[in-house]
Amino acid sequence: MANRFPSPFDIETPEGAEGWQEMYIYSSLFSENRREFEDSMFWFQDGVHWPNVMTPWDATFFEYALASLSQYNSRHLQVPPADGIAFRILNGYGYLSPVPADPAKIEERVANFTDRAGHYFMNWDDLYSNWMVKIRDLVGELEAIEFAALPDVEDAERVVKSGAGVGSGYQIQENYVRLTSLALKLWNYHFEFLNLGYAAYLDFFMFCKTVFPSIADQSIAKMVAGVDVDLFRPDDELKRLARKAVDSGVAEAFSAGDVDATCEILKSSADGQAWIASFEESAEPWFNFSTGSGFYHRDKIWIENIEIPFEFIRSYIQNLKDGKDLNRPVEAIRVERDRIVNEYMGYLLTDEDRETFQGKLGLARTVFPYVENHNFYVEHWAHSVIWRKMRELGAIMVKEGFWSEPDDIFYLKRTEVEEMLWDYFVSWATPEAPAGPGYWPPIIADRRRKCAALAKWKPIPGLGVPPEVVTEPFTVMLWGITSDSVNAWLGGGDQIEGELRGMAASPGNVEGLARVIFSPEDISQIQEGEILVAPVTAPSWAPIFGKIQATVTDSGGMMSHAAIVCREYGLPAVTGTGFATAKIQTGMRIRVDGNNGVVTILD
Amino acid sequence: MSENIVWFEGYWKGLKGEVGGKGASLGEMTGAGLPVPPGFTLTCTAYRKSKEQSSLDEDIARLLYELDTDDTDMVSDRCKQIRAAFGEMAMADQVESDLREAYAELCRQSNSEDVPVAVRSSATSEDSPDASFAGEHDTFLWVKGADAVIDAVRKCWASLFTDRATCYRVKMGYEHRSVEMSVVIQKMVRPISAGVAFTLNPINGDRSQVCIDSAWGFGEAVVSGEVTPDNYLIDKVLMEIGQRKISIKEMEFSLSDHETVERAELDEERAKSPSLTDAQIRAIAVLAKAAEKHYACPQDIEWAVDADLDDGKNVVLLQARPETVWSKKTSSATGSVQSSGDFMASIVSTLMNPLHTKK
Repeated sequence: MANRFPSPFDIETPEGAEGWQEMYIYSSLFSENRREFEDSMFWFQDGVHWPNVMTPWDATFFEYALASLSQYNSRHLQVPPADGIAFRILNGYGYLSPVPADPAKIEERVANFTDRAGHYFMNWDDLYSNWMVKIRDLVGELEAIEFAALPDVEDAERVVKSGAGVGSGYQIQENYVRLTSLALKLWNYHFEFLNLGYAAYLDFFMFCKTVFPSIADQSIAKMVAGVDVDLFRPDDELKRLARKAVDSGVAEAFSAGDVDATCEILKSSADGQAWIASFEESAEPWFNFSTGSGFYHRDKIWIENIEIPFEFIRSYIQNLKDGKDLNRPVEAIRVERDRIVNEYMGYLLTDEDRETFQGKLGLARTVFPYVENHNFYVEHWAHSVIWRKMRELGAIMVKEGFWSEPDDIFYLKRTEVEEMLWDYFVSWATPEAPAGPGYWPPIIADRRRKCAALAKWKPIPGLGVPPEVVTEPFTVMLWGITSDSVNAWLGGGDQIEGELRGMAASPGNVEGLARVIFSPEDISQIQEGEILVAPVTAPSWAPIFGKIQATVTDSGGMMSHAAIVCREYGLPAVTGTGFATAKIQTGMRIRVDGNNGVVTILD
Repeated sequence: MSENIVWFEGYWKGLKGEVGGKGASLGEMTGAGLPVPPGFTLTCTAYRKSKEQSSLDEDIARLLYELDTDDTDMVSDRCKQIRAAFGEMAMADQVESDLREAYAELCRQSNSEDVPVAVRSSATSEDSPDASFAGEHDTFLWVKGADAVIDAVRKCWASLFTDRATCYRVKMGYEHRSVEMSVVIQKMVRPISAGVAFTLNPINGDRSQVCIDSAWGFGEAVVSGEVTPDNYLIDKVLMEIGQRKISIKEMEFSLSDHETVERAELDEERAKSPSLTDAQIRAIAVLAKAAEKHYACPQDIEWAVDADLDDGKNVVLLQARPETVWSKKTSSATGSVQSSGDFMASIVSTLMNPLHTKK
């Protein structure tokens, strides 16, 4: 067995993707300038959030997210053992490497962290409710950004006589800068609480592992997990709408075939119109929900693709007609959670242990709603708005002849969009023909080809020399990367033919037929009783979790969104298997052991 | 069922004097949901009624008249005669018919014509010192058929008059006629598989786990270490089977045709098959938890899957005793940073030493 992965400098460029580096900003690339550092580190591919090739503009969120995370660890909170996470793009895929803190500075960092993180823990409720205000304000600011084509002549009253001094040409550039600034701010907010939430969770986790050395990770997760979680709200809204359709007698409209026909029927009756009004009420904000991780412009968003929520609602209506109960058994979940906690309490030996257990569980439960809920507000809601605004800008530039599809804008780097708008502004101001319509189409066509060529490359899971043991807590929790999984990637460990090992993310043991899904568009192929096998799942796939028996993913840890949703829906899950989608094919009979994190191919 | 018979499941503590210590203990375990092999107790009343309608009390009085307890030959001879008299004594009609009926019921429950049972004397009351002497010849195993059971019961009754017990009563001035005895009749287990279980993980003392060792046939193979048993770890809280190690079990102790326990080699297929189904594993875990709860401390139990009982009811408890190794520890966390009240120190320590998170 090899003891290391190839150096990032030895990875070949896939055929047809030559020169791909020009699609990304220079600091996100491996380079000779930093070769010594880069070659000394262990890099893993982040398939949880970025399972696919990033187009040039899509790399924005990758860069904003990792930089924001890093600064909180290294500069704001001073997490004692961990600085930030270095990030690079290789062949279009994102690679990460946790940077350990300088051991000489640990003492100072402990003092700072105790003071700073301590403040957050002590004032969590106030700070968190303030966060909710901040994030809603931020989304409001994003919504308020309006891109408009530059006018022939500026408005006399609003622009000229008002004394504003600036007009549309300035505004469109400011709007774009504002959009990207707000996106960066969004990611700052995202990490304001996240690692603190994980830290408190980990502390409870470790205490449980000390007093109950054999406790399953998922038991700990179950004790902490919330019952009313915003991430499940979109699915709850679908169910509510399905019930409303049945109760108000408009359910038949959903047999009409397509969205237009359904809407036509609904509009023809007062009850139908009331239903549409109710749908619109749910849609903002809850259907700002991506079918993917939210990190790709291609991920579909429910509110912009009404056929997706309509299809889920149709299927829920069918369930209701079949006499199924759609309600999540919230009360039963609560009772079960209390039972689990009380039973563990009963196995503790001293009052002191019981008190500590309760204290840590209390803190974990205080901080955990953030961990569970932030995803909806950031990756789904705010990102949806950003993608929408970008597409509006892209559409304007189509009209101005810069390119042919609104989505072409995502083949520009975020810095290039500023250059492009400058070109647009200048040519409008002069006026003269813009350079862009001749400049961008060949570049966009070339980058589309490169991205397609890169998409054929299966990213290798690691680069460089892995540490002897993976101990960095966030790496283990979020990405599911452990010493075992690294060994498995290297082809070592005690691997058995036809067996895949990953994280035991949600308990239970089932056998069934696999359905391998690579893209959110394909999730409608899933049949009742199948086992979902995917590179990674998104929370918005929840409606199909009522159909499937179990979930297997290539990437993700105990706290990945797939794991959280599976536990909520009571489905066995094994995450972070590395190769499930490569080794399993649709129709194969497999066994999923969610207690031990083992997937067995039975055929 | 009658004043003569108390089924284990019909026991309540008001009947303790009627069923004796062993009968009470089995009744109590059954009542606590611990599935001990089924059975019943023939009460003290049954003993008394049988004795009353015979001339036994007079015979005993006659035989023990002016007994010299220092004369061992004399004691031995007289006691032997008393015990022989018990052997010839006819049971009261009602007692015998109740006993036959109860045995027939046990046979029905066990899907057997003449189910093998253990017949054991059960001392009448705790404060009677006879309790410690009643147990000398009081256990008869693999008793089959109603006639044999009746015979064994009479032998149990007779065991009140062992040499030692008799001398003791004479010395203490106790009345022989007031001494009473009940008899426990319990189904013998014919194990498909058997083994032991701990209500904690013996490797690390984790009390949230049940650890099961299991092999084919009688549990002796596991207890003696003659086979490497299958090993299962069950989470008590989620009742999920967290770990299963299936071993090659090359032999078993099984019941031969003439009902003796013999060693048998196993073919390869059976040797490598799991000795328990998932439902059985969970049933054993439920049983172990119930024993722990009932006795309020970690338990080390012996269990078996009985071939004669129906699925879902065939996991039985043979023995429960307190676990001794880990139970002495009072705390596994005290003294660590994680257990201190300083939550920031604990969080820092967690982040600095996250080795536990390694899977």
